[in-house]
Amino acid sequence: MERYWNQEIECMSREDMKKLQDERLAAQVKHVYENVPYYRDLMDKKGVTPDDIRSTDDLHKLPFLTKADLRDAYPYGLLAKPLSECVRIQSTSGTTGKRVVAFYTQHDIDLWEDCCARAITAVGGTEEDVCQVCYGYGLFTGGPGLNGGSHKVGCLTLPMSSGNTERQIQFMRDLGSTILCCTPSYAAYIGETLHEMGFTPDDIKLKAGIFGAEPWTEEMRREIEKSLGLKAYDIYGLTETSGPGVAFECSAQNGMHINEDHFFAEIIDPETGEVLPEGSKGELVFTSLTKEAFPLLRYRTRDICVLTREACSCGRTLIKMCKPMGRSDDMLIIRGVNVFPSQIETVLIEQGYSPNYRIEVDRMNNTDTLDVFVELTPEQFSDTVKDLQSKERELAGAMKTMLGINPKIHLVSPKSIARSEGKAVRVVDKRKLH
Amino acid sequence: MNTIQQISVFVENKQGSLTAVTTALYENQIDMRALNLADTSDFGILRLIVNKPEEACKVIQNAGYIVSMTPVVGAKVDDTPGGLAKAMCAIVDAGLNIEYMYAFVNREPNCANVIFRTDDNERCITALQNAGVTVVPDSEIYT
Repeated sequence: MERYWNQEIECMSREDMKKLQDERLAAQVKHVYENVPYYRDLMDKKGVTPDDIRSTDDLHKLPFLTKADLRDAYPYGLLAKPLSECVRIQSTSGTTGKRVVAFYTQHDIDLWEDCCARAITAVGGTEEDVCQVCYGYGLFTGGPGLNGGSHKVGCLTLPMSSGNTERQIQFMRDLGSTILCCTPSYAAYIGETLHEMGFTPDDIKLKAGIFGAEPWTEEMRREIEKSLGLKAYDIYGLTETSGPGVAFECSAQNGMHINEDHFFAEIIDPETGEVLPEGSKGELVFTSLTKEAFPLLRYRTRDICVLTREACSCGRTLIKMCKPMGRSDDMLIIRGVNVFPSQIETVLIEQGYSPNYRIEVDRMNNTDTLDVFVELTPEQFSDTVKDLQSKERELAGAMKTMLGINPKIHLVSPKSIARSEGKAVRVVDKRKLH
Repeated sequence: MNTIQQISVFVENKQGSLTAVTTALYENQIDMRALNLADTSDFGILRLIVNKPEEACKVIQNAGYIVSMTPVVGAKVDDTPGGLAKAMCAIVDAGLNIEYMYAFVNREPNCANVIFRTDDNERCITALQNAGVTVVPDSEIYT
């Protein structure tokens, strides 16, 4: 028996959902126009008024928002409620220059947690379950989102955060955790550690896992399912729209249902911005229909994706998105952290290195690795190994501060990194995730 | 001069790096007196004592390598047990750190040359001389 958290919404007829979306969109555009001067200017420049947006069919008239807008408007420029009504912020993982701070009213948090509750229920979660949340807690949305969803469902919630894997497994065994929420790479690592500790899936009670915040493959899904003896489900979200729970996988395990009563999805041509018909591959764009404090309209996610309304075996009528198939920009997701090559370049220039670099991203034992190859300059050369290694450490430290993850630095000879005509190939992603 | 100019070269750990440096020296008729290689998993530092250091520097630089000159101290060490220990004790007793050292043969019988890289060449030379160790003059190396 398929369980739903909110059957009325999750199985709503297309007509009723469209009506709900139309009403919510019209009200939301009015709210944004009246309260967010930044977006009002964008609309004015395009000659669009709230009256022009009567239904989701009019959405294409609205201007897009991009990460650059979020940066320009940082921190309060896109805030649509007085700070006195906001109760929380969340932020994207340590990416100076591209940091996103999202604001929440209590109502926003309730709706966000409700979306996560739908995801937990869709994998079979009830108040009988023990839900172990090993996403990071703090500014990162993963921990707080699933934690809140788990409370709503009534699961016994273990707010573990990530790390200390042996302790994770000890809790898992002692308290009989049945649902695991974390990044897929951490799930794979927990699986390996379990086996290293001499246990098998028979020694734990996990039945389902909700894994997201980074790209993963079907092979990884099978591997994790085998090593932990559970069913592995995908979840999608981004800090800009709320966090995890924008879309979630159901028993069909073949794509994620978008909570489209809250987040209206479009697929556009990333070059022209033109809206593409259902089933086309393009860039995913979200419009928040219900968020009060930080309601983004037509936010370009840069994730390349396909939407489908084909009937799903779970009975939900919510539109489905496939796993993101790539990016329309050069952002990399490494260990769940968003990394832009331009940030690496900034650190190199600040530290006096040549901005000619090469990044290699790989996955070893299910953990992402980041190797940065940097050309040494004559000024930085020293005749002792000690000095050069301390330069590597200093550079790695500066990148860790900027990116939030620790790269391995490799000093190489000047002019040894290929200089190409036009767009340089600075990034080699060996992970084969798409 | 009592110090010797050592040529230090940054070499990546990849096939052909060392060959290119030594070939460049050969093509310019530069004679190597001593050679030492410090390596990590990523890179190496090639240290050379040559007969024409300034020319060698230019040649290696033109071949596309990062190169620098580092003054180091050479000591003539008796070719008998305890010969090296005597020199090292003198340096350490003077409170100096030896960053690295390497030995090479010379044309004199019963004596080996040892290169010391410490944090203070002046004090290193004084310490060696006070202990009765002969310091290699650069005139013996350069031609």
